[in-house]
Amino acid sequence: MAEYQRLTVNEVGDVSVVRFRDQKIIDNLNIQELGRELARLVEVDQRGKLLLNFSAVEFLSSAALGKLITLDKKVKAAGGVLKLCRIQPEIYEVFAITKLNRLFDIKEDESDALASF
Amino acid sequence: MSEPAWIWRSEHVIPSQPGAGCDAIHEVLEKLGNSNWDDSDIFSVQLAMEEAVVNAVKHGNRLDDRKMVRINSHLAKDLIRIEISDEGSGFDPESIPDPTEECHRDAPGGRGVMLMRNFMSSITFNAAGNQVLMEKRRGEPGRSSSCTE
Repeated sequence: MAEYQRLTVNEVGDVSVVRFRDQKIIDNLNIQELGRELARLVEVDQRGKLLLNFSAVEFLSSAALGKLITLDKKVKAAGGVLKLCRIQPEIYEVFAITKLNRLFDIKEDESDALASF
Repeated sequence: MSEPAWIWRSEHVIPSQPGAGCDAIHEVLEKLGNSNWDDSDIFSVQLAMEEAVVNAVKHGNRLDDRKMVRINSHLAKDLIRIEISDEGSGFDPESIPDPTEECHRDAPGGRGVMLMRNFMSSITFNAAGNQVLMEKRRGEPGRSSSCTE
């Protein structure tokens, strides 16, 4: 299985816990690569339960939000489950303003999120 | 209304390439940090500048290398004003579908201007729609903070 450049992925039970390597998800080329790697999780690696852990993320742009939305669609189409956790307050505000906190299932802690699958 | 007493100004003219605005944005953020603006304000300004520059480069100038983006920044004691203009044909900001409406919520784009409006104290587009003027007052919460969820 090829390495991910923008992500790290660990298996906890049957859940794939995905972390972001970039503290700031801004750069356009990195965001495009991030989008491809997120898609690969579902379409190639066929991971059905995904937990995105944002603990390392200090900043993200609306283009990055777009990649998360596309991932959500792919996961739902594949019959999988996607959850998010450890989102820092300022980043959470971005989700709240855009009402994406209603689209995504967002948990505070990784352990809470894992228990909810 | 009189102009604020500006204590710092900068001007950058950048090509229409992804990432070309990094230095201009970094310079403003560094200046705010050195002026003891708090992290929340700096986050807001960074978010708005990143979104506005991407809009100018990608949607305004359509990544055309012959067209430039101008970034003017003015800092007063408690106010940062940023003006970003491109050489594109402009757009009508009111024409952007509301991404928070149920029918648009899963659309992958269309959130940049909304974030700029919410994280800055004010933003104004010129009539042509190819220039945006944004201001952030120190310590002023974003508009979202007064929203009830």
